[in-house]
Amino acid sequence: MSTLPSTPQSAGSPATGTARVKRGMAEQLKGGVIMDVVDAEQAKIAEDAGAVAVMALERVPADIRKDGGVARMSDPNMIEEIIGAVSIPVMAKSRIGHFVEAQVLQSLGVDYIDESEVLTPADEVNHSDKFAFTTPFVCGATNLGEALRRIAEGAAMIRSKGEAGTGNVVEAVRHLRQIKNEIARLRGFDNNELYAAAKDLRAPYELVKEVAELGKLPVVLFSAGGVATPADAALMRQLGAEGVFVGSGIFKSGDPAKRAAAIVKATTFYDDPKVIADASRNLGEAMVGINCDTLPESERYANRGW
Amino acid sequence: MSDTPLIGVLALQGDVREHLIALASADALARPVRRPEELAEVDGLVIPGGESTTMSKLAALFGMLEPLRARVRTGMPVYGTCAGMILLAEKILDPRSGQETVGGIDMIVRRNAFGRQNESFEAAIDVVGVDGGPVEGVFIRAPWVESVGADTEVIAEHDGHIVAVRQENALATSFHPELTGDHRMHALFVDMVRAVK
Repeated sequence: MSTLPSTPQSAGSPATGTARVKRGMAEQLKGGVIMDVVDAEQAKIAEDAGAVAVMALERVPADIRKDGGVARMSDPNMIEEIIGAVSIPVMAKSRIGHFVEAQVLQSLGVDYIDESEVLTPADEVNHSDKFAFTTPFVCGATNLGEALRRIAEGAAMIRSKGEAGTGNVVEAVRHLRQIKNEIARLRGFDNNELYAAAKDLRAPYELVKEVAELGKLPVVLFSAGGVATPADAALMRQLGAEGVFVGSGIFKSGDPAKRAAAIVKATTFYDDPKVIADASRNLGEAMVGINCDTLPESERYANRGW
Repeated sequence: MSDTPLIGVLALQGDVREHLIALASADALARPVRRPEELAEVDGLVIPGGESTTMSKLAALFGMLEPLRARVRTGMPVYGTCAGMILLAEKILDPRSGQETVGGIDMIVRRNAFGRQNESFEAAIDVVGVDGGPVEGVFIRAPWVESVGADTEVIAEHDGHIVAVRQENALATSFHPELTGDHRMHALFVDMVRAVK
Protein backbone atom coordinates (compact mmCIF):
# COMPACT_ATOMS: atom_id res chain seq x y z
CA MET A 1 0.00 0.00 0.00
CA SER A 2 1.17 3.50 -0.68
CA THR A 3 1.82 5.56 2.39
CA LEU A 4 -0.79 8.26 2.54
CA PRO A 5 -0.13 11.60 4.14
CA SER A 6 -1.83 11.96 7.46
CA THR A 7 -5.00 14.04 7.41
CA PRO A 8 -4.42 17.54 8.75
CA GLN A 9 -5.76 17.71 12.28
CA SER A 10 -5.17 19.49 15.53
CA ALA A 11 -2.67 17.52 17.58
CA GLY A 12 -4.22 14.61 19.40
CA SER A 13 -7.75 14.98 18.07
CA PRO A 14 -8.87 11.72 16.48
CA ALA A 15 -9.89 11.76 12.80
CA THR A 16 -12.40 9.23 11.43
CA GLY A 17 -13.08 8.28 7.82
CA THR A 18 -9.59 9.17 6.54
CA ALA A 19 -8.19 7.46 3.44
CA ARG A 20 -5.71 5.59 5.64
CA VAL A 21 -8.44 4.28 7.91
CA LYS A 22 -10.68 3.29 4.96
CA ARG A 23 -7.98 1.68 2.82
CA GLY A 24 -6.26 0.26 5.90
CA MET A 25 -9.42 -1.65 6.80
CA ALA A 26 -9.19 -3.53 3.48
CA GLU A 27 -5.49 -4.23 4.12
CA GLN A 28 -6.59 -6.20 7.20
CA LEU A 29 -8.77 -8.47 5.04
CA LYS A 30 -5.93 -9.54 2.74
CA GLY A 31 -5.31 -13.23 2.30
CA GLY A 32 -8.87 -13.89 3.38
CA VAL A 33 -12.26 -14.95 2.08
CA ILE A 34 -15.38 -12.76 2.21
CA MET A 35 -18.57 -14.80 2.00
CA ASP A 36 -22.11 -13.92 0.88
CA VAL A 37 -24.68 -14.80 3.56
CA VAL A 38 -28.45 -14.30 3.68
CA ASP A 39 -29.13 -14.79 7.40
CA ALA A 40 -27.53 -14.98 10.85
CA GLU A 41 -27.18 -18.75 10.69
CA GLN A 42 -25.17 -18.64 7.46
CA ALA A 43 -23.09 -15.78 8.88
CA LYS A 44 -22.10 -17.95 11.85
CA ILE A 45 -21.20 -20.85 9.55
CA ALA A 46 -19.01 -18.45 7.54
CA GLU A 47 -17.31 -17.07 10.66
CA ASP A 48 -16.69 -20.57 12.04
CA ALA A 49 -15.16 -21.58 8.71
CA GLY A 50 -12.64 -18.73 8.98
CA ALA A 51 -14.17 -16.02 6.77
CA VAL A 52 -12.55 -12.58 7.29
CA ALA A 53 -15.87 -10.83 6.65
CA VAL A 54 -19.39 -11.54 5.45
CA MET A 55 -21.49 -9.82 2.80
CA ALA A 56 -25.08 -9.52 4.03
CA LEU A 57 -27.64 -9.74 1.23
CA GLU A 58 -31.19 -11.00 0.83
CA ARG A 59 -30.56 -13.25 -2.13
CA VAL A 60 -27.26 -14.62 -3.36
CA PRO A 61 -26.52 -13.67 -7.00
CA ALA A 62 -27.54 -17.11 -8.32
CA ASP A 63 -31.05 -16.52 -6.92
CA ILE A 64 -31.17 -12.93 -8.18
CA ARG A 65 -30.51 -14.35 -11.67
CA LYS A 66 -33.20 -16.98 -11.25
CA ASP A 67 -35.86 -14.69 -9.78
CA GLY A 68 -35.31 -11.70 -12.07
CA GLY A 69 -36.95 -8.35 -11.22
CA VAL A 70 -35.27 -5.38 -9.54
CA ALA A 71 -32.61 -6.30 -6.97
CA ARG A 72 -32.23 -3.74 -4.15
CA MET A 73 -30.49 -3.12 -0.84
CA SER A 74 -31.36 -5.73 1.81
CA ASP A 75 -33.83 -5.30 4.68
CA PRO A 76 -32.17 -3.39 7.56
CA ASN A 77 -33.53 -5.95 10.04
CA MET A 78 -31.72 -8.75 8.28
CA ILE A 79 -28.47 -6.75 8.14
CA GLU A 80 -28.71 -5.90 11.85
CA GLU A 81 -29.35 -9.53 12.73
CA ILE A 82 -26.16 -10.51 10.94
CA ILE A 83 -24.21 -7.68 12.59
CA GLY A 84 -25.44 -8.99 15.93
CA ALA A 85 -24.56 -12.60 15.16
CA VAL A 86 -20.86 -12.33 14.27
CA SER A 87 -17.80 -10.38 15.40
CA ILE A 88 -16.08 -10.28 11.98
CA PRO A 89 -16.75 -7.26 9.72
CA VAL A 90 -20.10 -7.12 7.93
CA MET A 91 -20.42 -5.66 4.43
CA ALA A 92 -23.62 -4.90 2.52
CA LYS A 93 -24.53 -3.89 -1.03
CA SER A 94 -26.05 -0.72 -2.38
CA ARG A 95 -27.19 -0.24 -5.97
CA ILE A 96 -24.82 1.66 -8.26
CA GLY A 97 -25.50 5.37 -7.85
CA HIS A 98 -28.06 4.83 -5.07
CA PHE A 99 -26.37 7.01 -2.48
CA VAL A 100 -29.42 6.93 -0.19
CA GLU A 101 -29.17 3.15 0.14
CA ALA A 102 -25.51 3.78 1.01
CA GLN A 103 -26.53 6.37 3.63
CA VAL A 104 -28.89 3.81 5.17
CA LEU A 105 -26.17 1.15 5.25
CA GLN A 106 -23.78 3.59 6.90
CA SER A 107 -26.40 4.43 9.54
CA LEU A 108 -26.80 0.70 10.29
CA GLY A 109 -23.09 0.51 11.06
CA VAL A 110 -21.96 -1.85 8.29
CA ASP A 111 -18.16 -1.97 8.00
CA TYR A 112 -17.92 -1.76 4.20
CA ILE A 113 -20.40 -0.84 1.45
CA ASP A 114 -20.24 -2.70 -1.86
CA GLU A 115 -21.61 -0.45 -4.63
CA SER A 116 -22.52 -3.49 -6.63
CA GLU A 117 -23.48 -4.37 -10.19
CA VAL A 118 -25.19 -7.48 -8.80
CA LEU A 119 -28.05 -5.19 -7.75
CA THR A 120 -30.02 -3.29 -10.40
CA PRO A 121 -28.30 0.07 -11.07
CA ALA A 122 -30.19 3.14 -9.83
CA ASP A 123 -28.27 5.64 -12.00
CA GLU A 124 -27.01 4.95 -15.49
CA VAL A 125 -24.57 7.87 -15.52
CA ASN A 126 -23.20 8.41 -12.03
CA HIS A 127 -21.76 6.23 -9.32
CA SER A 128 -22.10 7.42 -5.70
CA ASP A 129 -19.68 10.02 -4.31
CA LYS A 130 -17.84 7.76 -1.89
CA PHE A 131 -15.84 10.56 -0.26
CA ALA A 132 -19.12 11.75 1.30
CA PHE A 133 -19.13 8.70 3.62
CA THR A 134 -17.23 7.62 6.72
CA THR A 135 -17.91 3.99 5.82
CA PRO A 136 -15.47 2.74 3.17
CA PHE A 137 -16.60 1.40 -0.22
CA VAL A 138 -15.55 -1.53 -2.38
CA CYS A 139 -16.40 -1.40 -6.09
CA GLY A 140 -16.17 -3.82 -8.99
CA ALA A 141 -14.00 -3.29 -12.07
CA THR A 142 -13.36 -5.12 -15.32
CA ASN A 143 -10.22 -3.19 -16.26
CA LEU A 144 -7.69 -0.68 -14.91
CA GLY A 145 -9.48 2.46 -16.14
CA GLU A 146 -12.69 1.41 -14.44
CA ALA A 147 -10.81 0.60 -11.20
CA LEU A 148 -9.13 4.02 -11.21
CA ARG A 149 -12.41 5.85 -11.91
CA ARG A 150 -13.91 4.17 -8.86
CA ILE A 151 -10.86 5.06 -6.74
CA ALA A 152 -11.14 8.66 -7.99
CA GLU A 153 -14.73 8.64 -6.66
CA GLY A 154 -13.44 7.45 -3.27
CA ALA A 155 -13.49 3.63 -3.42
CA ALA A 156 -11.08 2.21 -0.80
CA MET A 157 -10.99 -1.32 -2.20
CA ILE A 158 -11.45 -2.83 -5.68
CA ARG A 159 -12.70 -6.26 -6.71
CA SER A 160 -13.02 -7.87 -10.10
CA LYS A 161 -16.62 -8.02 -11.27
CA GLY A 162 -16.47 -11.52 -12.66
CA GLU A 163 -19.92 -12.81 -13.54
CA ALA A 164 -21.62 -13.24 -10.17
CA GLY A 165 -24.02 -16.10 -9.62
CA THR A 166 -22.71 -18.27 -12.46
CA GLY A 167 -20.25 -20.46 -10.55
CA ASN A 168 -17.98 -19.84 -13.54
CA VAL A 169 -14.64 -18.21 -12.85
CA VAL A 170 -13.83 -17.29 -16.45
CA GLU A 171 -14.90 -13.64 -16.27
CA ALA A 172 -13.06 -12.98 -12.98
CA VAL A 173 -9.92 -14.41 -14.60
CA ARG A 174 -10.41 -12.12 -17.59
CA HIS A 175 -10.85 -9.03 -15.40
CA LEU A 176 -7.89 -9.74 -13.12
CA ARG A 177 -5.60 -10.50 -16.05
CA GLN A 178 -6.76 -7.33 -17.77
CA ILE A 179 -6.04 -5.17 -14.70
CA LYS A 180 -2.69 -6.85 -14.11
CA ASN A 181 -1.60 -6.54 -17.75
CA GLU A 182 -2.57 -2.88 -17.93
CA ILE A 183 -0.56 -2.16 -14.75
CA ALA A 184 2.46 -4.00 -16.18
CA ARG A 185 2.16 -1.93 -19.38
CA LEU A 186 2.14 1.33 -17.40
CA ARG A 187 5.34 0.28 -15.64
CA GLY A 188 7.16 0.52 -18.97
CA PHE A 189 5.93 4.04 -19.77
CA ASP A 190 7.97 7.21 -19.32
CA ASN A 191 6.42 10.42 -18.00
CA ASN A 192 5.53 11.71 -21.48
CA GLU A 193 3.51 8.60 -22.20
CA LEU A 194 1.60 8.63 -18.91
CA TYR A 195 -0.49 11.66 -19.92
CA ALA A 196 -1.73 9.87 -23.04
CA ALA A 197 -2.21 6.68 -21.01
CA ALA A 198 -4.42 8.58 -18.55
CA LYS A 199 -6.51 9.83 -21.48
CA ASP A 200 -6.82 6.28 -22.89
CA LEU A 201 -7.75 4.88 -19.49
CA ARG A 202 -10.19 7.77 -18.88
CA ALA A 203 -8.68 8.09 -15.40
CA PRO A 204 -7.01 10.93 -13.48
CA TYR A 205 -3.34 11.42 -14.38
CA GLU A 206 -2.25 11.46 -10.70
CA LEU A 207 -3.71 8.01 -10.10
CA VAL A 208 -2.22 6.64 -13.32
CA LYS A 209 1.19 7.96 -12.31
CA GLU A 210 0.84 6.45 -8.82
CA VAL A 211 -0.01 3.02 -10.28
CA ALA A 212 2.94 3.25 -12.69
CA GLU A 213 5.26 3.93 -9.74
CA LEU A 214 3.79 1.38 -7.32
CA GLY A 215 3.27 -1.40 -9.86
CA LYS A 216 -0.07 -2.07 -8.19
CA LEU A 217 -3.33 -0.33 -7.40
CA PRO A 218 -3.12 2.13 -4.49
CA VAL A 219 -5.88 0.10 -2.77
CA VAL A 220 -6.40 -3.60 -2.06
CA LEU A 221 -7.53 -5.75 -5.03
CA PHE A 222 -9.76 -8.80 -4.44
CA SER A 223 -11.34 -11.22 -6.87
CA ALA A 224 -15.10 -11.65 -7.07
CA GLY A 225 -17.58 -13.43 -9.28
CA GLY A 226 -17.76 -17.14 -10.04
CA VAL A 227 -15.46 -18.75 -7.44
CA ALA A 228 -16.96 -22.17 -6.57
CA THR A 229 -14.03 -24.40 -5.54
CA PRO A 230 -10.82 -24.21 -3.45
CA ALA A 231 -8.81 -24.39 -6.67
CA ASP A 232 -10.78 -21.44 -8.11
CA ALA A 233 -9.87 -19.36 -5.06
CA ALA A 234 -6.19 -20.34 -5.28
CA LEU A 235 -6.20 -19.55 -9.02
CA MET A 236 -7.42 -16.02 -8.36
CA ARG A 237 -4.72 -15.50 -5.75
CA GLN A 238 -2.00 -16.82 -8.04
CA LEU A 239 -3.27 -14.38 -10.66
CA GLY A 240 -2.66 -11.53 -8.22
CA ALA A 241 -5.87 -11.14 -6.21
CA GLU A 242 -5.07 -10.28 -2.58
CA GLY A 243 -8.13 -12.19 -1.38
CA VAL A 244 -11.45 -13.53 -2.67
CA PHE A 245 -15.15 -12.87 -2.40
CA VAL A 246 -17.29 -15.99 -2.67
CA GLY A 247 -20.94 -15.40 -3.43
CA SER A 248 -23.27 -18.18 -4.40
CA GLY A 249 -20.47 -20.78 -4.48
CA ILE A 250 -20.71 -21.71 -0.80
CA PHE A 251 -24.35 -21.73 0.23
CA LYS A 252 -25.50 -23.09 -3.15
CA SER A 253 -23.29 -26.15 -2.69
CA GLY A 254 -24.01 -29.52 -1.03
CA ASP A 255 -22.05 -28.98 2.20
CA PRO A 256 -21.57 -25.23 2.83
CA ALA A 257 -19.61 -25.46 6.12
CA LYS A 258 -17.09 -27.87 4.65
CA ARG A 259 -16.74 -26.02 1.35
CA ALA A 260 -16.34 -22.69 3.16
CA ALA A 261 -13.50 -24.02 5.35
CA ALA A 262 -11.86 -25.63 2.32
CA ILE A 263 -11.91 -22.38 0.32
CA VAL A 264 -10.37 -20.54 3.31
CA LYS A 265 -7.51 -23.09 3.47
CA ALA A 266 -6.84 -22.92 -0.25
CA THR A 267 -6.83 -19.11 -0.16
CA THR A 268 -4.13 -19.05 2.54
CA PHE A 269 -1.98 -21.79 0.95
CA TYR A 270 -2.79 -20.74 -2.62
CA ASP A 271 0.70 -21.67 -3.81
CA ASP A 272 0.77 -25.18 -2.27
CA PRO A 273 -1.00 -27.73 -4.53
CA LYS A 274 -0.88 -30.40 -1.80
CA VAL A 275 -2.89 -28.25 0.60
CA ILE A 276 -5.30 -27.35 -2.21
CA ALA A 277 -5.68 -31.05 -3.09
CA ASP A 278 -6.46 -31.95 0.53
CA ALA A 279 -8.92 -29.08 0.77
CA SER A 280 -10.65 -30.30 -2.41
CA ARG A 281 -11.40 -33.84 -1.18
CA ASN A 282 -15.00 -35.00 -0.58
CA LEU A 283 -16.63 -31.60 -0.67
CA GLY A 284 -19.86 -32.94 -2.14
CA GLU A 285 -21.80 -31.21 -4.88
CA ALA A 286 -20.48 -27.86 -6.15
CA MET A 287 -23.02 -25.34 -7.40
CA VAL A 288 -24.15 -26.30 -10.89
CA GLY A 289 -23.00 -23.22 -12.71
CA ILE A 290 -23.82 -21.41 -15.93
CA ASN A 291 -21.70 -21.13 -19.06
CA CYS A 292 -20.99 -17.45 -19.56
CA ASP A 293 -20.90 -17.70 -23.37
CA THR A 294 -24.57 -18.72 -23.40
CA LEU A 295 -25.52 -15.81 -21.14
CA PRO A 296 -27.40 -13.08 -23.07
CA GLU A 297 -25.77 -9.62 -23.00
CA SER A 298 -28.73 -8.24 -21.03
CA GLU A 299 -28.05 -10.72 -18.22
CA ARG A 300 -24.35 -9.92 -17.87
CA TYR A 301 -23.84 -8.02 -14.61
CA ALA A 302 -20.28 -7.05 -15.56
CA ASN A 303 -21.71 -4.66 -18.18
CA ARG A 304 -23.33 -2.63 -15.41
CA GLY A 305 -21.23 0.33 -14.27
CA TRP A 306 -18.67 2.02 -16.47
CA MET B 1 25.72 -9.28 7.99
CA SER B 2 25.40 -11.69 10.91
CA ASP B 3 24.02 -9.02 13.20
CA THR B 4 21.18 -8.22 10.79
CA PRO B 5 18.27 -9.98 12.43
CA LEU B 6 15.93 -12.20 10.40
CA ILE B 7 12.37 -11.35 11.35
CA GLY B 8 9.33 -13.30 10.22
CA VAL B 9 5.82 -11.99 9.64
CA LEU B 10 3.08 -14.52 10.37
CA ALA B 11 1.49 -14.79 6.93
CA LEU B 12 -1.74 -16.71 7.52
CA GLN B 13 -3.85 -13.64 6.81
CA GLY B 14 -3.69 -9.85 7.19
CA ASP B 15 -1.46 -6.91 6.25
CA VAL B 16 1.72 -8.97 5.91
CA ARG B 17 3.19 -6.99 3.02
CA GLU B 18 3.14 -3.68 4.94
CA HIS B 19 5.01 -5.23 7.89
CA LEU B 20 7.63 -6.73 5.57
CA ILE B 21 8.23 -3.28 4.07
CA ALA B 22 8.35 -1.56 7.48
CA LEU B 23 10.81 -4.16 8.88
CA ALA B 24 13.06 -3.85 5.83
CA SER B 25 13.18 -0.08 6.24
CA ALA B 26 14.09 -0.61 9.92
CA ASP B 27 17.18 -2.58 8.78
CA ALA B 28 15.97 -6.12 9.36
CA LEU B 29 15.74 -9.01 6.93
CA ALA B 30 12.06 -9.84 6.71
CA ARG B 31 10.19 -12.83 5.37
CA PRO B 32 6.70 -14.33 5.55
CA VAL B 33 6.18 -17.32 7.88
CA ARG B 34 3.34 -19.82 7.39
CA ARG B 35 4.88 -23.14 8.46
CA PRO B 36 6.61 -24.48 11.62
CA GLU B 37 9.90 -25.01 9.75
CA GLU B 38 9.86 -21.37 8.62
CA LEU B 39 9.14 -20.24 12.18
CA ALA B 40 12.16 -22.20 13.44
CA GLU B 41 14.51 -20.10 11.29
CA VAL B 42 13.59 -16.57 12.40
CA ASP B 43 15.08 -14.47 15.22
CA GLY B 44 11.81 -12.68 15.92
CA LEU B 45 8.23 -12.61 14.69
CA VAL B 46 5.59 -10.01 13.87
CA ILE B 47 1.94 -11.04 14.13
CA PRO B 48 0.19 -8.62 11.78
CA GLY B 49 -3.20 -6.97 11.74
CA GLY B 50 -6.05 -8.97 10.28
CA GLU B 51 -9.04 -10.83 11.65
CA SER B 52 -8.05 -12.42 14.97
CA THR B 53 -10.68 -15.18 14.73
CA THR B 54 -9.52 -16.17 11.24
CA MET B 55 -5.87 -16.03 12.19
CA SER B 56 -6.18 -18.18 15.31
CA LYS B 57 -8.34 -20.65 13.41
CA LEU B 58 -5.75 -20.97 10.62
CA ALA B 59 -2.90 -21.19 13.15
CA ALA B 60 -4.62 -24.13 14.87
CA LEU B 61 -5.57 -25.78 11.59
CA PHE B 62 -2.06 -25.73 10.16
CA GLY B 63 -0.27 -26.81 13.34
CA MET B 64 1.24 -23.40 14.09
CA LEU B 65 -0.30 -22.72 17.50
CA GLU B 66 1.94 -25.00 19.59
CA PRO B 67 5.18 -24.06 17.78
CA LEU B 68 4.28 -20.38 18.24
CA ARG B 69 3.59 -20.87 21.95
CA ALA B 70 6.83 -22.79 22.39
CA ARG B 71 8.97 -20.11 20.75
CA VAL B 72 7.27 -17.24 22.57
CA ARG B 73 7.64 -19.12 25.89
CA THR B 74 11.37 -19.58 25.31
CA GLY B 75 11.93 -15.89 24.68
CA MET B 76 11.69 -15.26 20.93
CA PRO B 77 10.90 -11.54 20.52
CA VAL B 78 7.42 -11.02 19.16
CA TYR B 79 5.41 -7.94 18.14
CA GLY B 80 1.66 -8.00 17.56
CA THR B 81 -0.42 -5.22 15.98
CA CYS B 82 -4.23 -5.12 16.39
CA ALA B 83 -5.26 -8.75 15.73
CA GLY B 84 -1.65 -9.63 16.62
CA MET B 85 -2.14 -7.96 20.00
CA ILE B 86 -5.20 -10.16 20.58
CA LEU B 87 -3.20 -13.28 19.73
CA LEU B 88 -0.52 -12.33 22.26
CA ALA B 89 -3.00 -11.83 25.11
CA GLU B 90 -3.18 -14.43 27.86
CA LYS B 91 -6.92 -13.77 27.95
CA ILE B 92 -9.62 -12.35 25.66
CA LEU B 93 -12.54 -10.72 27.45
CA ASP B 94 -15.17 -11.76 24.90
CA PRO B 95 -13.72 -14.59 22.82
CA ARG B 96 -15.57 -16.33 20.01
CA SER B 97 -16.26 -19.88 21.13
CA GLY B 98 -13.05 -21.84 20.81
CA GLN B 99 -10.93 -18.80 19.94
CA GLU B 100 -7.41 -19.61 21.12
CA THR B 101 -4.46 -17.30 21.62
CA VAL B 102 -0.71 -17.75 21.56
CA GLY B 103 -0.27 -15.79 24.77
CA GLY B 104 2.98 -14.26 25.95
CA ILE B 105 1.72 -11.01 27.45
CA ASP B 106 -0.07 -11.01 30.80
CA MET B 107 -3.07 -8.90 29.80
CA ILE B 108 -6.78 -9.09 29.11
CA VAL B 109 -7.89 -7.56 25.79
CA ARG B 110 -11.30 -6.46 24.56
CA ARG B 111 -11.82 -7.06 20.86
CA ASN B 112 -13.22 -4.26 18.63
CA ALA B 113 -13.27 -2.15 21.78
CA PHE B 114 -13.04 1.17 19.91
CA GLY B 115 -16.09 0.21 17.82
CA ARG B 116 -16.95 -0.76 14.28
CA GLN B 117 -15.35 0.63 11.11
CA ASN B 118 -17.30 3.92 11.29
CA GLU B 119 -15.49 4.63 14.57
CA SER B 120 -12.03 3.68 13.25
CA PHE B 121 -9.70 6.67 13.59
CA GLU B 122 -6.23 8.18 13.47
CA ALA B 123 -4.63 9.91 16.45
CA ALA B 124 -1.17 10.96 17.61
CA ILE B 125 0.09 8.55 20.27
CA ASP B 126 2.96 9.10 22.71
CA VAL B 127 4.83 5.85 23.29
CA VAL B 128 7.28 5.28 26.16
CA GLY B 129 10.67 4.40 24.71
CA VAL B 130 10.00 6.00 21.31
CA ASP B 131 11.74 9.35 20.88
CA GLY B 132 10.95 12.15 18.46
CA GLY B 133 7.34 12.95 19.31
CA PRO B 134 4.12 10.97 19.08
CA VAL B 135 3.70 8.17 16.53
CA GLU B 136 0.88 8.19 13.99
CA GLY B 137 -1.69 5.80 15.40
CA VAL B 138 -4.08 4.22 12.88
CA PHE B 139 -6.82 2.36 14.78
CA ILE B 140 -9.06 0.01 12.74
CA ARG B 141 -11.86 -1.79 14.61
CA ALA B 142 -9.15 -1.81 17.23
CA PRO B 143 -8.92 -3.69 20.53
CA TRP B 144 -7.77 -2.14 23.78
CA VAL B 145 -6.20 -3.67 26.85
CA GLU B 146 -8.60 -3.92 29.80
CA SER B 147 -5.99 -4.80 32.40
CA VAL B 148 -2.39 -5.94 32.70
CA GLY B 149 -0.44 -8.16 35.09
CA ALA B 150 2.37 -6.97 37.36
CA ASP B 151 5.11 -7.73 34.82
CA THR B 152 3.47 -5.99 31.87
CA GLU B 153 4.53 -2.41 31.19
CA VAL B 154 1.96 -0.02 29.74
CA ILE B 155 3.77 2.08 27.13
CA ALA B 156 0.88 4.02 25.58
CA GLU B 157 -2.68 5.06 26.32
CA HIS B 158 -5.37 6.81 24.30
CA ASP B 159 -8.50 8.35 25.78
CA GLY B 160 -7.87 6.55 29.07
CA HIS B 161 -7.43 3.12 27.45
CA ILE B 162 -4.25 1.07 27.20
CA VAL B 163 -3.16 0.79 23.54
CA ALA B 164 0.46 -0.40 23.76
CA VAL B 165 2.24 -2.76 26.15
CA ARG B 166 5.51 -4.56 26.60
CA GLN B 167 6.47 -7.60 28.65
CA GLU B 168 10.12 -8.63 28.34
CA ASN B 169 10.53 -9.64 24.68
CA ALA B 170 6.92 -9.22 23.70
CA LEU B 171 5.46 -5.99 22.32
CA ALA B 172 1.88 -5.20 21.29
CA THR B 173 -0.03 -2.20 19.92
CA SER B 174 -3.75 -1.70 19.25
CA PHE B 175 -2.80 0.46 16.29
CA HIS B 176 -1.09 -0.17 12.94
CA PRO B 177 2.31 1.53 12.50
CA GLU B 178 2.77 -0.59 9.36
CA LEU B 179 0.09 1.50 7.60
CA THR B 180 2.11 4.69 8.05
CA GLY B 181 5.50 5.87 6.88
CA ASP B 182 6.56 6.15 10.53
CA HIS B 183 8.62 3.04 11.27
CA ARG B 184 9.81 3.87 14.80
CA MET B 185 7.75 1.09 16.43
CA HIS B 186 9.35 -1.39 14.04
CA ALA B 187 12.79 0.06 14.82
CA LEU B 188 12.07 -0.44 18.54
CA PHE B 189 11.15 -4.06 17.86
CA VAL B 190 14.21 -4.68 15.66
CA ASP B 191 16.33 -3.38 18.57
CA MET B 192 14.59 -5.85 20.90
CA VAL B 193 15.43 -8.69 18.49
CA ARG B 194 19.05 -7.51 18.19
CA ALA B 195 19.37 -7.45 21.98
CA VAL B 196 18.62 -11.18 22.33
CA LYS B 197 20.29 -12.36 19.13
